[in-house]
Formats: sequence, structure tokens, C-alpha cells
Amino acid sequence: MAVAFDEMNIPGGDLRPAYQELARWLKETPPEALEYRRQEAELLFRRIGITFAVYGESESTERLIPFDVIPRIMSGKEWTLLEKGLKQRVRALNMFLRDIYHGRDILRAEIVPDDLIFQNPVFRPEMNGQQVPHDVYVHIAGIDIIRVDAEHFIVLEDNARTPSGVSYMLENREIMMRLFPDLFARHRVAPVERYPDELLSALRSVAPNGASGEPTVALLTPGVYNSAYYEHSFLADKLGIELVEGRDLIVKNNEVFMRTTEGVKRVDVIYRRVDDDYLDPLTFRPDSALGVPGLMSAYAAGNITLANAVGTGIADDKAIYSYMPEIVKFYLGEEPILKNVQTWRCREPKDLAYVLDHLGDLVVKEVHGSGGYGMLIGPAATKATIEAFREKLKREPEGFIAQPTLALSTCPTCTASGLAPRHVDLRPFVLTGSKSTTIVPGGLTRVALKEGSLVVNSSQGGGTKDTWILDE
Amino acid sequence: MLSRTAENLYWLARYVERAEYLARTIDATLRVTALPAAYIGKTNEWDSALLTAGVAASFYEQYKEANETNVVEYLSFSPNNPSSIRNCIEAARLNSRSVRTALTSEMWDTINSAWIELQEVWSKGTSTREDLAKFLRFVQETSLRFDGSAYRTMLRNDAYWFSRLGLHLERADNTARILDVKYHVLLPEEEHVGGPLDFYQWSSILRSVSALTAYHWVYRETLKPWLVADLLILNGTLPRSLASCYDNLTRNLDQIGVAYGRQGPAQRHARGIRNRLEHSNMNDIFQHGVHEFIQEFIVDNSRLGEIIAKQYLI
Repeated sequence: MAVAFDEMNIPGGDLRPAYQELARWLKETPPEALEYRRQEAELLFRRIGITFAVYGESESTERLIPFDVIPRIMSGKEWTLLEKGLKQRVRALNMFLRDIYHGRDILRAEIVPDDLIFQNPVFRPEMNGQQVPHDVYVHIAGIDIIRVDAEHFIVLEDNARTPSGVSYMLENREIMMRLFPDLFARHRVAPVERYPDELLSALRSVAPNGASGEPTVALLTPGVYNSAYYEHSFLADKLGIELVEGRDLIVKNNEVFMRTTEGVKRVDVIYRRVDDDYLDPLTFRPDSALGVPGLMSAYAAGNITLANAVGTGIADDKAIYSYMPEIVKFYLGEEPILKNVQTWRCREPKDLAYVLDHLGDLVVKEVHGSGGYGMLIGPAATKATIEAFREKLKREPEGFIAQPTLALSTCPTCTASGLAPRHVDLRPFVLTGSKSTTIVPGGLTRVALKEGSLVVNSSQGGGTKDTWILDE
Repeated sequence: MLSRTAENLYWLARYVERAEYLARTIDATLRVTALPAAYIGKTNEWDSALLTAGVAASFYEQYKEANETNVVEYLSFSPNNPSSIRNCIEAARLNSRSVRTALTSEMWDTINSAWIELQEVWSKGTSTREDLAKFLRFVQETSLRFDGSAYRTMLRNDAYWFSRLGLHLERADNTARILDVKYHVLLPEEEHVGGPLDFYQWSSILRSVSALTAYHWVYRETLKPWLVADLLILNGTLPRSLASCYDNLTRNLDQIGVAYGRQGPAQRHARGIRNRLEHSNMNDIFQHGVHEFIQEFIVDNSRLGEIIAKQYLI
């Protein structure tokens, strides 16, 4: 495995420019003061109730995601490049989705194999030929980025269904500003606080044509036991829209209404944080109590916008991921600005053979998995685990992809034994409305708190950091 | 607003109010039972605490005897008592989470901090009287803080009015119940009215609704059962009296009616109860029978809860 890129220090002892002020400040600040503020931050998180639920544990288990008080800093120049690459990628994702559910030019051009779409459980035949308002599919995208060296950012994963984490981006900043006003005074950090405004205007802009001048937007949550419930209520609050559950909505004459104390009220746009499968028991899982019976017919009639659109899972599927460079080129005729991680598609015999020979060096992921579940991290796995995985792979090769173990960059992080480098990734949030695509400068930095660990998922014990983009 | 949100706000206020009332009941009972027997006679105060909380039947399904340990455990911490203080605060917190967008941050902070603190109390337990006293004070302070933050920080709109409806409906129910039970138990036939037994019993009632000082300000007399009843039923200046609760209930319902441009059965029913209270005097009530009067009130009051639910919350 390559040596990880250190975001703060240039080998040989110099500091990278974006970190110079932070380094000076750290030198002046006694470790006790840092520790004190770390505890303050934890208290604030707990009191505000910024928690997530852990599945598989008792229903009332709420955990804090550990928060690291040392910010991750990027220069404005680095950000500008990243921003350009992200917009390009999301534009292509949207065009890909529209194409897959309509003309399918990309399949005819044999860029992406047919069966990867049609055999895929996240492909939604219900969306074939369905017009979605303003042709926007992925209104909110969370693109996971890693940094490998001074020049290169690489996309690790496209989250095009219901990406979460943006509340942490916003709350981390709030808490940092409260605890470290002195540190902010010494930097020019680009603000992220306009995210809720931009999200609301993006959502309003994609209202169906039949909606009134002031379209009504609501956020649909599975409820208080969902792991991201805090985020749902946080966003509804910041956007000033109703946080609804399935039971609050009814469909009449193909229009969607919410039950209010003054009778029913029409809803035009639903920012849904409920997965496709649970949206409408009449169309998808009949046993789901989370959804709204008839929602899909209202959708088909063009009376409601769902953000993100139904069926976007096909674009963030890990099997499709490996084709993203070709997808960008096909639709935009441009070279992709952001590269992919080298990916072996286990469905292809040649790739499978390579993967089976190198299991100890690779990360193997389930094509449809998420949240860091069901993956093999070769270098960290025992012989027995590797052998068990080998059998799984042979049985169902099309269910897996493999990637090299990447040297995620590291950032200084508070640990029990003082500041130490820990691996980080970055999830910026890309918003697409009817007219434009925007990104607030920043994102959610996730950090693997265990020494040497590359797993940053909160469900696997990762933490978060505030992400600073310096305004130069 | 969403019907579910209104319903959650309404119940949230009820749970907090109920938790406070239970804490007050335990507190007042502890005070009375600490007196020498000569002052309080042979009545079992713990039994009467269960009766006023309306949980006597379910208590005796699980316990043989109503003594301090059992009753305090059941009313404060028991997971098997749906309206124990612990369950009230748990439910209040769950409700708060599902309507966070309708709460101000001060209200959320109060409930969430109380819930966090409660987890610690449970893990440590309240083995001593000091611990218990501290716990009861903490519950009352939580309710004060919650009420105060709602009063100070909420917009005066339907969210506020629905939460006030829950508060006053619950409060009226609690006041009516304590008066009924105590009157039932206490209205003395052979006991010399005005004796020390009477005095401590009545002062414990007033203490449990935080009205002992108020009594002296209003009547400037020693404690007399009919004056206590007058204060708790008809005196509009006492915030816990039935009259005062119904002033608030009718006002909040009218505010909702005006905001929505529509009156309904809830407004009419509440006004009916209020008129009856306004046009009653203690003589009539005694003629009719205090117990009967209060029983009818409790039924009417919970009927209002049903009508509100049907008109707005479902």
C-alpha cells in the first residue's frame, strides 16, 4: 500500500500553506484547552441531540458520532477544481438516468452492458418512459471523495439515492464557531450556512408545472427510529417545511395532500428520505407501513415531484460506478475532471481471476451494499475471513467489485495520546434544481479514529470533522 | 399545521404536567407521613396517593401493600406503570423528537437534558430520602422550565395553543382528582373539623397543588374544607383551579377558532363547562354533592379531550 498523503505536512518538515495558521495556533494552545473544548463539543452534541440510531441494537439506542475538533482545511484553489469536477459528474449522472429510463442511447452504443441495468434490483421498470419534472433526477448528491496526493482527488462513491450527513456539515461548523472563535478570526473560512436556502430554492424550482406559485415542499421521513432521523428534523426545521411521515399524507385524485389541523393541504414537492422500496405499498413493498398508498400514481400523473427521483439507485450502484469515466465522456464529450478508483468488476472473468489471486491486497465490496457493511478489507482481514469471502465471491461474482486498498490522505486528529494523523474522506453535497447546479464550499469530512484504520463510516466507529475551505 | 404535530404537542404538554403533578403528590405525601401519628390519624396516605394518581387498581395487580417504598417506586420509576414519572418523561422526549421542528430550542433542550439526567438517576437509583427529594425537585423544575420556555419562546400560533390545551386539560383533571379523593377520604363525620388532623391533611392537598400560600392570601382564615374546595374549583385567580383551567381552555380554543376561521364542537363544549363553573357557587355544589360535581366534571373534561382529538388531531 502506498504511503498516505499528509494533508498538513510536506515530507521533510514543511507545512502545507493552508495549515500554517492552524499549526501556529496549535503550538500556542495547551493540550488541556483542546481537551476541554473537545468535551464541551461532546456535551453540546448530546444536548442538542445530534445523534444517529444504530441498527441491530435496541430501538432506543442513540449514539453520538464522535466529533474531532481539529478542522480539515483545503485551499480555495483546490476547492475550485473539486467543484468543477463535482458539477461535471452530477450533470453526467442526471443525463445517464434520463437516458436509462428513456432512449437508452448509452446501451445502444454499448458503453454500459444491458444486463447491468436490466438485471439490477435497483433498476425501476416503473420509471420507464416516465417524465420527471424538469428532467432532474438527482436533486441532492453526496459524492464521496478521497485525496491521494497534492494534485489528485478521486471519487470513491456516488450517493444518488438519499445521501445523508449534511446536518453534520452544518452543525460541526456551528459548534466549531462557538468553541473556537479565535481560530476563525485567524482564517477566512468560506461559509456553508446557506445550504438550507439553496436546498429549498432547488426543491421549489423543480415543482410540477401544475403547482401554485408558492409550491408546498415537505420532507418525508420514515420516523424517529430511522438512523438519520436527527438530520431529517434538522433539515425540515432549517428549511421551514413540514416533516411528514407516510401516515400524514394521503393521495386523492392523483394529488398528494397532508393532514393538517385545518383539513388537508396539497403538497407539490417531497424531499423524501424514504427508500424507493418503501415509498408506495401499492407499487413496491406491500408490507411497508412507511409509505403513501397511491404516491406513485400521483407521480406518474405529474402532480408531485420526488427528490431524489425514483430509480436513481441505478446511478450509484457500485457496478455502474466503474463505468463513470465512460459515462462522463459519452454525455458531455469531456474528459472527467475527477478520476475513479481503479475497479475490478468481478463479473468479468479476467478481473475475477485477478481479484481471487490478490484478495489479501484488495478491498472487495458488495455491489449493492452501503454503510461499510459486507465488505472485505484484505490487508486487515484474517486468513479465515479471506477464505470465507473467496467462497462468496466464487458463488456470486457479479455481486462484487474490488478496488486497491487506497491510501486515504491523513489529517491531524485528537487522540488519547495527543495529535496524530488519521485517514479522512470528504462528502460534498451537490444540489441540482431546474436551472443550476450548486455546491456550498465544504462538505462532511469523515475520519477513521482508530490508528491505521481506513473505515470512516459512522456505523463502523468513524468520526467527523469540520471542513474548511479557505477563501483566498 | 400537521395534525400529528398538534397531537404530539398536546400530549407532550400533558406528559410534562402529569410528571410534575406526580412529583408533587409524592412530595406532599412524604410530608404528611413524616408527622407523628397523633397528627394524621390512621388513614393510609400512600393509598390515597395511588387513588389521586388514578393507578390504584393497576398497583394492586403488582404489589400487596401500599407502603412508601412500593408506591414511590411505582409512581416514580416503574416501567410497568404507563404514567410513572419515568414513563411520562420518556414519552415526552419521544414526542419532542417527533415534533422537534415545532419546538423552540429551549423547549427541546429542557426535555432532552431532563431525559439525559434521568438516565443517570435510574442508573444510580434513589436509595436515600435526600436522593428522592432531589429527584422530585428536579422533576418539578423540569416542568417549570419547560412551561417557562414555552411561554417565553414560542410563537403565539396554533402550536402554542395546542400545547396549552394539553397542559390545561391535564391540570384540570389532576386538580379534580386530588380534590375528589381527598374529599372522599377526608370529609369527616366524627372528626372534629378544624382539629390538627384536618389541618395537616388539607395543607397537604394545597401543597400538592402548590396553593398553600395562595389559600392564606385569598381567605385569611385557618384551613376549612369548603374554602379549599372553593379555591380549587371556583377561584379564577388560582392558576390550578378548575375555573382558571377552563378560562384558558376556552381562550386557547377560541384563538384556534379565530386563526382557522371556524368554530366547532370543541369550542362549544369547553364554553359549556366554563359557563357551568362561572354560574356555580359552593352552596349549590355542596347541595348537589361535591363528589358528584367533581365526578361529572372529570367526565366532561375527558370528553373535551376526545372532541379536540376528533376535530383537530386525527
